Amino acid sequence: MPRLHLDKPGDYPLAHHVIPVRTYLAVFTALIVLTGLTVFVAFHHLGDPWNDVVAITIALTKATLVVLFFMHVKYSTAMVRLCVISAIFFLLMLFGITWSDYWARKVPAIRVQQTTYDVR
Amino acid sequence: MSAEMHAHGAALAADSHGHHASGVLQHQFDSLEQQRDASTLGMWAFVAQEAMFFGGLFTAYIVYRFLYPDAYHIGSHQLNVVLGGINTAVLISSSLTMALAVWSAQTGRRRQLTAWLTTTLLLGFAFLVIKYFEYREKFAHHLVPGLHFSLPAAGAEEGHVQLFFSLYFAMTGMHAIHMIIGAGILMVYIPMAARGKFTPEYSHPVELFGLYWHFVDIVWIFLFPLLYLLGRY
Amino acid sequence: MSAVAARTLRPNYLNAAYGVKSWLLTKDHKRIALLYLASVTLFFVVGGVFAGLIRLELLTPEGDLVSSDTYNRLFTMHGVVMIFFFLIPAIPAVLGNFLLPLMLGAKDLAFPKINLLSWYVYMVAGTLGTLALVQGGADTGWTFYPPFSTRFSNSPVTLVALAGFVAGFSSILTALNFIVTVHRMRAPGLSWFRLPLFVWSLYATSVIIMLATPILAITLVMLMLERSLHLGIFDPTLGGDPVLFQHLFWFYSHPAVYIMILPSMGIISELIAAFSRKRVFGYSFVAFSSMAIAVLGFLVWGHHLFVSSQTAFTGTVFSVITMLVAVPSAIKVFNWTATLYRGSVSWQTPMLYVMGFLGLFTIGGLTGVFLATMGFDIHVHDTYFVVAHFHYIMVGGTLMGYLGGLHYWWPKITGRMYPEFWGKISALLVFVGFNLTFFPQFILGYLGMPRRYHAYTPEFQVLNVLSTAGATVLGVGYLLPMVYLVWSMRYGKKAGANPFGAVGLEWETSSPPPTFNFDHPPVVDHEAYDYRRGEDKKVAA
Repeated sequence: MPRLHLDKPGDYPLAHHVIPVRTYLAVFTALIVLTGLTVFVAFHHLGDPWNDVVAITIALTKATLVVLFFMHVKYSTAMVRLCVISAIFFLLMLFGITWSDYWARKVPAIRVQQTTYDVR
Repeated sequence: MSAEMHAHGAALAADSHGHHASGVLQHQFDSLEQQRDASTLGMWAFVAQEAMFFGGLFTAYIVYRFLYPDAYHIGSHQLNVVLGGINTAVLISSSLTMALAVWSAQTGRRRQLTAWLTTTLLLGFAFLVIKYFEYREKFAHHLVPGLHFSLPAAGAEEGHVQLFFSLYFAMTGMHAIHMIIGAGILMVYIPMAARGKFTPEYSHPVELFGLYWHFVDIVWIFLFPLLYLLGRY
Repeated sequence: MSAVAARTLRPNYLNAAYGVKSWLLTKDHKRIALLYLASVTLFFVVGGVFAGLIRLELLTPEGDLVSSDTYNRLFTMHGVVMIFFFLIPAIPAVLGNFLLPLMLGAKDLAFPKINLLSWYVYMVAGTLGTLALVQGGADTGWTFYPPFSTRFSNSPVTLVALAGFVAGFSSILTALNFIVTVHRMRAPGLSWFRLPLFVWSLYATSVIIMLATPILAITLVMLMLERSLHLGIFDPTLGGDPVLFQHLFWFYSHPAVYIMILPSMGIISELIAAFSRKRVFGYSFVAFSSMAIAVLGFLVWGHHLFVSSQTAFTGTVFSVITMLVAVPSAIKVFNWTATLYRGSVSWQTPMLYVMGFLGLFTIGGLTGVFLATMGFDIHVHDTYFVVAHFHYIMVGGTLMGYLGGLHYWWPKITGRMYPEFWGKISALLVFVGFNLTFFPQFILGYLGMPRRYHAYTPEFQVLNVLSTAGATVLGVGYLLPMVYLVWSMRYGKKAGANPFGAVGLEWETSSPPPTFNFDHPPVVDHEAYDYRRGEDKKVAA
């Protein structure tokens, strides 16, 4: 028999889960350390794609920590996780396919025009 | 439909676990838990939509980064890493204080809740003040597109650097607008918190606002390295 | 007290309170739906007037009615008004707002105040758009392509873009409400696969709105920044790429067309079940197809950029996925047709609109597959072939579904029946008028007549005259319901709870419903469209 929508204990985990302060402090510390790390790495040349890869990885890690702990997603319902994943998925589609149009051109960058236009 | 099921449903609807905490249950909901869950889902749908909103700007960033990497390095160099780094630390701290505010609300600590919300607001103001100084610097150095943009040191890349700065202002500006909105909401919540409006039964508005605030922090987490830390070696 | 008198005095959402404030400050989703009904009808008329002027100009090959500049404004504002102020909001904000809580057995939407806010935001957008019209309207095409829109246009582009931006926000608020309502406010026993298909379609539409509309919003922001502050993001003189605008614009605007058609498809499912007295064939396939259209619809935007210097590589990706997105729509058409088989079909007005939809949407959809083929699209891009294609879907599809649904649920909304004779006449006029207007345009486009031109070479005149004649018939077909539906609110035959003998929670309450929808919260223990149970007896009076 299908579940009634009216609640039973345990139906709404978010309402009852309190994350302890020490978890928040640990996440905060990690975020600050990672920020320092990303600044540090930025000032050192790691070879062409690697600076970018490291920077994005660190940013993604920081974002994940904020999402999971500060935003409680670790203890949230499946629907909330679906919201997060959908946004990420469609953003990746937007970024990826649009970028592919420029990658596939492999032409020198669009050159600055010499003519000026009559700007109102 | 069977009479038993009908009666069962009607009985359950009448019993809402006795929750009428200061009359906050809205008429369309059957219980406070349902109301909380619904508003959480609504807030997350909104946050997902906001992520897509910023995503449009990130798309433009990615495309021009791919086309004009040197211009991006030049542009990034014009930005103040120290102020940007401080602002990053300020925002991360404000996320901590916001999380602690949520914890205070959930555990019924009224004074701490008010204090943490106020600290969050002050950190938000600090961020905006620092941003103001950064922007003022850009104006002084003629780095505002459409106004009097001029960077002779960029040589042939000057036009592309102007593109970088258009995105810099659009992205950080849009982010700042979201901070200002957040600060505005905080200025409404802080007096409410001081008056004891947010109890463990009704901590939800604080939690939901926290989601918004953390999201704005996440946007900056990406903006900082992508704008400030390019080609610094 | 006689049964008739008791029914007349029965409290319902219409007589619950009187006065302007009770309407403008209502939180009742049913009243908000009527507020929207009034507004979208107004904008439909405005957009229709522009269409009339366009067709009038195109009676003759010379550009002799209006200047080319004025013509640019006419087709631009026709598009802007019809898309942002009619097609996108109409079904969700009118029929969706009214029916969603009823179909779910709920008292209201999850967030009634946000619902009212969405209407006010829509009206702000409408005011901004009207202001822009007063200033002459934009002339860039509803697609706002830079650099013309950012640098060279001498029209209130920023104002129109702002109107679109605000309208999008209204859309987002409605969608947010719908998503949460469907997830959290279903009656006991109403599992996902017992939901009416109209609910599935509104849900899929709302997901698209949440994820796509913000991209339009930020793109319009970038456009406005570039135009007013010269913050050049798409400026070619700086190395910017106008095609980047097109990528971003169409990332929203393609899913937008699914926002426009999915709710109409949902209505078709409801109507075809009711007027065949049979469950929809392949229910879960239809439900999943709605979700598939929502997801795939996000991955095809580049088929609008085939001739915009998009690379062949990216174009191929888009072409292939566009072929795929046609599949779930086709699945639905097959399932609807199969629903008719061995059904007990009756031909009231709503069913006439369904039949119109099935034929016209199929033609529109098939021509979409033609356009998905890059090699063919190159020849017909920016011709009347494209114009015909999307009008077959938008008018032959969305509008037919909307009118069919409006007639079907009219007794529920107003407590009165529409006049069946005039309903049938209008439906026939719409069908005939529509085909006469738009079928010649397929031929015109194939023969090479470009779109957005106020003059054309003389060999195209006959087909253009046919098209304008059709538009006149179509106009009459739209005007009639505006008259007789309003007439029926006072003089129409009083309707009972279930005048069509249909199955659905909305038919299990009075017509019109009480303010909180149900006297007792319903409990559901059967499938959707369960016509075998015998409880669907007509309650005509």
